[in-house]
Amino acid sequence: MVKLNIRLTSGGTINQGQVTKSGGKSLPMYTKHVGSIFLDKDDFNKLQVFPMTPVKVRSEFNEVIVYAQISADGPHPGVGFIPRGPWCNLLVDPYTYSSGCPMFKDTPVTVEPADSHEKPLNMPELMKKYYIEKAA
Amino acid sequence: MAKELIKNVVCPFCGSACDDIEVEVEDGKILNVYNACSVGTATFFPQPGVKRFKKPLWREKKTDDFQEIEWETALDKAAEILTNAKRPLMFGWCETSCETMRMGTKVAELTQSIMDSQITHCHGPTFQAIQMVGEPTCTLGEIKNRADVVVYWGCNPLNGHPRHLSRYSSFPRGFFREEGRLGRKLIVVDPRYSDTAKAADHYYKVNLGEDYLLFNALRAVVNGVELEQEEIAGVKKEDIVNLAEMMKKAAFGIVFFGMGLTHSLGKSQNIAGAIQLVQLLNGPSKWSIMPLCGHYNVNGFAQVMSWTAGFPYSVDFCRGAPRYNPGEYTSIDMLQKGLIDAMFVISADPGSHMPQRAVEHMVKIPLIVSEMHPTSTTQLANLILPATVNGIEAAGTCYRMDGVPLHMTKVVDPPKGLFESDTVMMKKLYEKVLARQEED
Ligand code: SF4
Repeated sequence: MVKLNIRLTSGGTINQGQVTKSGGKSLPMYTKHVGSIFLDKDDFNKLQVFPMTPVKVRSEFNEVIVYAQISADGPHPGVGFIPRGPWCNLLVDPYTYSSGCPMFKDTPVTVEPADSHEKPLNMPELMKKYYIEKAA
Repeated sequence: MAKELIKNVVCPFCGSACDDIEVEVEDGKILNVYNACSVGTATFFPQPGVKRFKKPLWREKKTDDFQEIEWETALDKAAEILTNAKRPLMFGWCETSCETMRMGTKVAELTQSIMDSQITHCHGPTFQAIQMVGEPTCTLGEIKNRADVVVYWGCNPLNGHPRHLSRYSSFPRGFFREEGRLGRKLIVVDPRYSDTAKAADHYYKVNLGEDYLLFNALRAVVNGVELEQEEIAGVKKEDIVNLAEMMKKAAFGIVFFGMGLTHSLGKSQNIAGAIQLVQLLNGPSKWSIMPLCGHYNVNGFAQVMSWTAGFPYSVDFCRGAPRYNPGEYTSIDMLQKGLIDAMFVISADPGSHMPQRAVEHMVKIPLIVSEMHPTSTTQLANLILPATVNGIEAAGTCYRMDGVPLHMTKVVDPPKGLFESDTVMMKKLYEKVLARQEED
């Protein structure tokens, strides 16, 4: 199966802002807009999937299932973007280099199509699975 | 009751803090919002079906279900958690008023907490750079009236600050810029061809994380040095020379920058490089620089902390006197190292916005969250204190990204059962903590 090796960057988007500000973090639209990786078109085509197909993104720190989408901000080969939120922050390199601020804009990750039964968790499910259940 | 149009409302979302919003209100309900962008408007209208916290909620263990409790009990519990903790962290604040922050600082002093805000993971490196090399800056009004070259570097305001270009920087007609957009050059430097880049006259695609090289190359060219490489940081030599020329010829230039610089390798050094470029440009031309602050009161937090504690963020009150050392007392570092033993969060969502190692520690400690709606952080909380929305349900002061203070108006009453403002809630918490300490 194809596996992309890319650099992950993150940040705010207008959709993320709108859902967040209207209190919609537990709604499906938050998962759709924020639980997605936006890939360069050529990188995306290498995966041989349709837009909004679940993919597994893995970094040294964790792995998470998100939807794959084609970036409207390309070309940016070798760079993938996940909007700021709990999905991207499972993957982000937390090291701050004594600055207080982690590497939100540059974490090496791999991207591959997810197994057929896997799909992105919504925010409450994600917090439960990755944090509450892990600590219990 | 008749419809009422409330004018000059300050938008409680982004650092642009647009103060020309008009809100139509009838029977204590918001009917319409005029002039705001789509994100600003969303702030006034919760999504249908979204839960609003109206009563404090408590659970002993994070796997338990929440139970409704009375405010008295909730504030007692909050005071108990904060006073019993050895290394408490009070985090958030950038979406509250300066008055709430001031009250929060008093609680932090009493409980010997670390007082920190979203600055720590957004413009923290910016403050470090300003402390290193200074900051030649100006107000957004000056930019509107004077700027003929506008640079957005490592930021995408058309997504994060949607009216920034139309209200302050590029499109408006100003006193010396009567032609509006036609009289200004818009330049974007970013690794992605963002929406703002698409609207620009000149776009420079810098390699991810190599901004520092580009700032130094530009400084070299402005200093008259001939570049040896054909390409630096993904930008061709001739483009760097052209950009430097455009900058030198500006009548009044402004560099806005965002997380592209603070969140990539180099951090404060990237921003110091940007500031030093601007300082250099103040020889042949007139230039200023300004961080694009995300929330409407990021600047306010730095102001309040500076006048109360002498430092802009991540202030540690554990020894009584304030201490500041980014990398040591900054929230993410403290959480990742497991040094925090209780956390109070107000108007912030570190559960969404902090990296996994920090969030993993938040699950292990007592967590108090003051919020309006369910967030990733409330999912991890032990105690939820319903918040009042500053700028919609309560009046207060905020500082726009350029440091101009604005009075935020109240538009409607908060839902029944909530305090008239978060400042009042923090005052009550302060009194509870004080009473508890006097008892001991
Ligand atoms: S640009 Fe920012 S402050 Fe202005 S209306 Fe939009 S969200 Fe509100």
